Amino acid sequence: MSDTAVTSPPRGAGEPASAAWVFLRRNPAVARLGVVVLVFVLWELAGHTVLDPNFLSPPSAIIQAMPRVLGDPGVQTALQASFIELVIAFVLAVVAGIVIGLPIGLSSFARRATLPLVLLLYAIPQVTILPLFVLYFGIGAGSKIAFGASHGIFPIILNVIAGVQSVEAAHLTAARSMGATRLQTIHRVVLPHMTPSLFTGLRLAMSGTLLGVLLAELYVSTGGVGYYARIFADSFDPPATFALVAMLALMAVVLNETVRLAERRASFWRAHRH
Amino acid sequence: MKTAKFDWQARAIQAAFVIVVIGLWYYVGRKGLVSPIFLPKLPNVLDKFVGIVQSSTFYGNLGVTLFEFLVAVVIASTCGLTIGYLVGRSRYAVVVFEPLLASVFAVPLVVFLPLFILFFGIGFESKIAFGAAYAFFPIALNTIGGISQVDPRFVTVARSMGASERQLFRRVLLPAALPVIVTGLRIGCTIGFLAILGSEMIAGLRGLGSRIVSLAEGMNTAEMFAYIVFVIILAMILNVTLSQMQRRFGERREVA
Repeated sequence: MSDTAVTSPPRGAGEPASAAWVFLRRNPAVARLGVVVLVFVLWELAGHTVLDPNFLSPPSAIIQAMPRVLGDPGVQTALQASFIELVIAFVLAVVAGIVIGLPIGLSSFARRATLPLVLLLYAIPQVTILPLFVLYFGIGAGSKIAFGASHGIFPIILNVIAGVQSVEAAHLTAARSMGATRLQTIHRVVLPHMTPSLFTGLRLAMSGTLLGVLLAELYVSTGGVGYYARIFADSFDPPATFALVAMLALMAVVLNETVRLAERRASFWRAHRH
Repeated sequence: MKTAKFDWQARAIQAAFVIVVIGLWYYVGRKGLVSPIFLPKLPNVLDKFVGIVQSSTFYGNLGVTLFEFLVAVVIASTCGLTIGYLVGRSRYAVVVFEPLLASVFAVPLVVFLPLFILFFGIGFESKIAFGAAYAFFPIALNTIGGISQVDPRFVTVARSMGASERQLFRRVLLPAALPVIVTGLRIGCTIGFLAILGSEMIAGLRGLGSRIVSLAEGMNTAEMFAYIVFVIILAMILNVTLSQMQRRFGERREVA
């Protein structure tokens, strides 16, 4: 917080600022990196002085614990299993979301009739029905996939509907007057038009699916990542806990970035058109 | 008008959907098509619902969850608004800190839940901390967004008329940024509530979330359904309250 005060001196106060200052002002990215480094240095220092090593370990200890944790074949299997669950849940959510969302979005009557129902279901705090998923799908991968998909499907449905609505009526009329069939209209006009909206949905769905799968993993801690997270925490092995959490966080960031990258590739044509 | 007729049809379909779901539920229970462990009979759930609303266990757990929620929201909004204000005031600080906060928030914080339990135990402290951590980010990010998007001319004008820092905040920045900040508070409260329920379910001794889990583990599905229905109602009350708040404060911009 003291950094905020330091970084916001009144500009043009008259006196010549030092060269380092000017450099930092011109390159906020460097300053940002500096903040991150500073946090880690303080953490490291605190880890060697004031913090109880039973609870919080310094970054160096976490890095040292990485090979031990990742080398454990059980952890490897668990991480792989979580990753596969995530991918399946995401694909299910996307396919089902598009299949449900497209017909709702294409007809204004269907939209008025069913959108409130979709919103009603979306408003249910899904975490409370997690035990039901376990009850119906068991403690294996099924419940995690189903719970992840149930988190991912709503952003897809809602964004597909919004995307279809954003298609200009004139374009639809033009396509129809040129003799396009319904399928051709969807393929050539509706789908390209809803790309940006769809990708917003994909991004939200990815973070939703991650949340769902990880929640279910932590809830059913008989195996998988949740089991190891609990074992490491229970056995007062914070470096291992941190290492595992860091791996999960990394996985989350990579998946989020993948969707964002795909978004940039898929909507490249927008930049040329406008 | 044509639209009025259409809306009537839409409502009819919605009502029909709800009636069919409830009717199907009742029918399945009546005929014993599904084991009551998987889908309890509708009348049983209603009985249990009436039962739990009269039981003291229920109010104890409700109290715990609401207490955790309120403390978490107070902590999250205090920190979020303060940090958001401090960062939002300086364009440079926004460029430096906003992406950092946004990228931390992009990581599903639920992966850190074991750490929260490690630090704060399995009591209410870890739930408060976890809920507050989840609620903090949207509040801080929206405050940054709201404050930094205030038209700089307003600030210049207020300053040139001799407004003190305090007056500038009270009379210019806050009213102009309020709609965005209130949106942040709304999102923060909603996901904070979910985070508290979730952490209670994963590692909790008391509260509505852990009650649902212990009922599920006891295969007491009817009572679990009743609790779930209650939590859904609670979430909807929260949602409506927050929407009202947003509507009330979101329109202040024109007046101020």
